Amino acid sequence: MDKDTHSAGLTGQVLHDEIVPARAPWLHRMKTGETLRVVDLEGNQAVDFLLYATADDAERYSAQDTIAAQANIFLRTGSKLLSNEGRPMMTITATSVDYHDTIGGACSCESNSLRYGHHTKAQHSCIDNFLEANLRDGRGKRDMVSNVNFFMNVPVEPDGALGIVDGISAPGLTVDLRAEMDVTVVVSNCPQINNPCNGFNPTPVRMIVTA
Amino acid sequence: MSALADPNAARTHARAMGGTVVEAMPILPPRADDLPASVTADDLLWEETIAAGGYASRTLSRGARLRLIDLKGDACASLLVFNAAMPSERLNIADTVKVQWDAYPSAGSLLLSDMGRVLASIERDDAPTHDAFCGPSNEASNRRHYGDGRNSGIYPNARDRLLLGAAKYGLGRRDVHPCINLFKGVRIGADGAVTAQLGPFAPGRSLVLRAEMELILVIANCPHVLDTRPWSVTPLRVTAWRGAPTAADDPIRTATPERLRAFLNTEDMYRR
Repeated sequence: MDKDTHSAGLTGQVLHDEIVPARAPWLHRMKTGETLRVVDLEGNQAVDFLLYATADDAERYSAQDTIAAQANIFLRTGSKLLSNEGRPMMTITATSVDYHDTIGGACSCESNSLRYGHHTKAQHSCIDNFLEANLRDGRGKRDMVSNVNFFMNVPVEPDGALGIVDGISAPGLTVDLRAEMDVTVVVSNCPQINNPCNGFNPTPVRMIVTA
Repeated sequence: MSALADPNAARTHARAMGGTVVEAMPILPPRADDLPASVTADDLLWEETIAAGGYASRTLSRGARLRLIDLKGDACASLLVFNAAMPSERLNIADTVKVQWDAYPSAGSLLLSDMGRVLASIERDDAPTHDAFCGPSNEASNRRHYGDGRNSGIYPNARDRLLLGAAKYGLGRRDVHPCINLFKGVRIGADGAVTAQLGPFAPGRSLVLRAEMELILVIANCPHVLDTRPWSVTPLRVTAWRGAPTAADDPIRTATPERLRAFLNTEDMYRR
């Protein structure tokens, strides 16, 4: 068997290793100290990502607290993903991509109608993935907040122009996250086909959890 | 021992407070001597000065205008917006900047819900320093900056003010969504760096929002989360009046294809 380059550099025991199909949701509970590696298998695949504190899921990832604390909109190695209580939920311990997004939010059938037109109504979306995963875990629409978009590129120009543009990821690039508390990870492997966030072609991603 | 040993004395004492006027308080019935010429006194819905460190929550009817005035140049209005008929629909700040291709909401911008609808329009804005990215201060950040951040202390944090304001309408912790900060701004650098615009600014800068559906608004007025000065915040005046729902040829409604479709989606909700 070929050497597994996707797990290079990971230490400890592999607790979970799963390919999340293109367009699919994923939910996984992690204990403090465990590390999640997300692998962009085919390149430029947006991975929409939310966190809930397992012990009290009204505490959840807060893009705004995270941005304010690091005074930067981009997530890089060392970025702490903070909760709405200002507590670290996960830390980005390594990434082979320059930066990741947390201002662009998740696509939805409803926002697609604004961005592209009402003809997109029947297309699948990240919000529907987030809802499906959350609904099976006791949460609902009120629990949806601004998310992380790993492997997605959303620059802000000097005049304020903001948008999802061509990605800066590539096949096999990764991001590693260490859990700083017991967390429930909820992911949408983005199904968007109307902008460059997935290179107009949603693809699978791999999730490796170690400890 | 006070002289209030019996209920009659206590009643007299309590009633003697009536009519007290302070800087930060609501005026009932509402009264304002600086309404736009087209607005009559009968159309006035709300007149209140929100304390430095205070909060307010309120329902607004479709078409109502809400004027916010930074009276002394150091207010920071952290705003939550809900569809009053279905509060699970609320401001989606990511969609607001993404759909409109604009990081810096200002005159003509829409506040968009997670349902692809326009909650409110910024009809007028002479204070174009606002912040869609940093959110409210929280108990932990205020404790770092001021040594304390509790609602019960003298340095309350904006998030917990929003929580109390939302709770007055039956909402809870899951409902305090990412907010927009008005009057305090940020600018984003090419490397993603966030630079805060904290002023203090000229007194009297104002902004007018137009409610595009029946809304619940929650406003906290606490120092911006990136403000490193000693506690600095000044009172925020809010005035609301009745107005007509947005017309088909409204220049904000028709300004861009995205904005027009947001209005179409809201109008579709009222089609019954």
